[in-house]
Amino acid sequence: MDSKNTNDWLFEITPKNKFFSLNFKEIWQYRDLLMLFVKRDIITVYKQTVLGPLWYLIQPLFTSITFTIIFNNVAGIKTGSIPPFLFNLAGIMVWNYFTACLNGTSDTFKSNASIFGKVYFPRIITPLSIVISNLIKFGIQFGIFIFFYIFFYFQGADLSLNLSILFFPILIAFMGILGLGLGMTISSMVTKYRDLNNLVGFGVQLLMYISAVMYPMELIKEKLPKFGWIVQYNPLAYVIETSRYMLLNIGNISILGLLYTMIVTIAVFFIGLLIFNRTEKSFIDTV
Amino acid sequence: MKDIILKAENISKQYRLGQVGTGTLSHDLNRWWHKIRGKENPYLKIGDTNDRSTKGTSDYVWALQDINFEVERGEVLGIIGKNGAGKSTLLKILSKVTAPTTGGIKSRGRIASLLEVGTGFNGEMTGRENIFLNGAILGMTKKEITSKLDEIIEFSGCERYIDTPVKRYSSGMTVRLAFAVAAFLEPEILVVDEVLAVGDAEFQKKAIGKMQDISKGEGRTVLFVSHNMAAVKSLCTKGIVLEHGKVIFEGNVEEAVNKYFDDEKQFAQKEWNIESSPKTNFLRLLNAKVLNENDELELNHSITNFITIQFTYEILEEGNTFTHGFNLFNNENIHILSSHDKKSLTLEQAPAKGIYSKKIIIPGNLLAEGTYSCSFAIMRYNPFVVEFHEMDIVGFNVIDEFGGDTARGNYNGNFPGIVRPILNWK
Repeated sequence: MDSKNTNDWLFEITPKNKFFSLNFKEIWQYRDLLMLFVKRDIITVYKQTVLGPLWYLIQPLFTSITFTIIFNNVAGIKTGSIPPFLFNLAGIMVWNYFTACLNGTSDTFKSNASIFGKVYFPRIITPLSIVISNLIKFGIQFGIFIFFYIFFYFQGADLSLNLSILFFPILIAFMGILGLGLGMTISSMVTKYRDLNNLVGFGVQLLMYISAVMYPMELIKEKLPKFGWIVQYNPLAYVIETSRYMLLNIGNISILGLLYTMIVTIAVFFIGLLIFNRTEKSFIDTV
Repeated sequence: MKDIILKAENISKQYRLGQVGTGTLSHDLNRWWHKIRGKENPYLKIGDTNDRSTKGTSDYVWALQDINFEVERGEVLGIIGKNGAGKSTLLKILSKVTAPTTGGIKSRGRIASLLEVGTGFNGEMTGRENIFLNGAILGMTKKEITSKLDEIIEFSGCERYIDTPVKRYSSGMTVRLAFAVAAFLEPEILVVDEVLAVGDAEFQKKAIGKMQDISKGEGRTVLFVSHNMAAVKSLCTKGIVLEHGKVIFEGNVEEAVNKYFDDEKQFAQKEWNIESSPKTNFLRLLNAKVLNENDELELNHSITNFITIQFTYEILEEGNTFTHGFNLFNNENIHILSSHDKKSLTLEQAPAKGIYSKKIIIPGNLLAEGTYSCSFAIMRYNPFVVEFHEMDIVGFNVIDEFGGDTARGNYNGNFPGIVRPILNWK
């Protein structure tokens, strides 16, 4: 017998994916596509605009100014020795990264239906590319944060650093993974139930208010002892609070809270991956 | 010794009809409930075969049912069938865009598809950037693309525009560029669907030539889906014919093409029995046929040839004078023409009982390329009464040709208009 007639198939197409099948080899093969998607996301957004990538900076700056006026000047939230503008900028920057990842990935199947309907590539490449391109966006915003940090430092603000800043990249990675996990879950469910799309829109807005973006976590416990637990059980609040601790040396770091955040993030990511895997094979029939 | 590179085993694909949304949740819950009790999916059992014209009883249809075939290395397999036969569904499964409901495919080579060229083209990006993006979507690495970049640009013939955003391209240029990228893919198995319908003559020739190179020269396997039987015959070595989601023929490409035409030929003739025939109190229709220039039954007619429509009827009662009418519709249901048999002998003299035939001759070089449907009427004059007018009796296809004698001549692009006569230019 010819050896070719035995069962040495390169691959098989079957009705369902296996349980957690994440084919790393295949993703590696398509790494160039991943990078090209990132490039596409970055360069096409601001083509034919005058300000170009400056738009990445305008949005957080203006939001920080607005927050500073409303929450700090009008509502009187105290930020200690830290200039309120810098306090808000740090929170908004990290929060923006999460929402950009979530919003971008939660639309994966619907907005890419025309491509997914014609060619095969590992579908996970698309949400991954969104998380990475948003990371680059975050990097640009981080640049402007450093600029204002130095600016306020020379203005005589009482700014100090601690060693925990070394762990900042890991914190951001967790924020991205959490956004990705949630986004993958939602994107898979949106293919069948479009209702979720509407939910994400205003849900994210509401979520911001319980994620300690414009106030220190301590404050909510102090002012609303009854509802403080909502913020305390929100893993996002820990990430934001911790990132402010790392960048501005303000607030405190809760190891237990961070551990809780990590567990939730990993759980959300694997649930997302599982649902995404189940959906990717035949979503095109329902989308 | 057979070298099987691709093997399809019992592939079936079920689709849900109607609105997806209402009842999805309840069906999902029901499915899940059956699953946890270890029972079969209740929705897999029901389902009609996919015949669009008849109304089924179930919300689920089988777009494909138990498809089995094997492809050998280097073979060019033509997949033919009417619209809705399941060709595109099969290609979607082969290119992993959607999964089969049951069954599976085994492959010994990478599959790349040209389901629709230009997938993932981004209008804001330049031609060059799009070559990389599109190539990567189709499964090439950056290195592979870089090494072939010059060839791709040259093949596309878009050198001048290569650094211009694709949104400024004409549709023809976009297709050229997209096909060029795809043509330089190097998968073991290439899936092609009707890409040749676009582009001008020169480019089509190039594209067909490239496909021949791929299959013959480089020994790669191609799965080709097309309605263009001439292209199928010239490119393919083997054919499968699909009908209502089932393989009705697998084998030699000539026989497959004949099978496809045989199957269609039924539209070129119609027979009625006593109950079903259109009739009046004195006359009933027996049959209708579309004939070619040699008086043979034929569905496909070259644009230059005349087409004969023959109706045969039986006179049931003597003493009636009448005449015949004929209407022609195209596949968009546009009424192309109407004709009355104004000088019929049956207007002067009532025919005796018996069987009669009437022929209508549609001249060549009149109708544009397309599918037509005929209706037939029996009328009386003075007073004007339509005894019956039977729609959609028989149909035929007019197939355009190239060359000096046709209205089209050597032009190979889109040729609009519902009629295509040769006019005098002075």
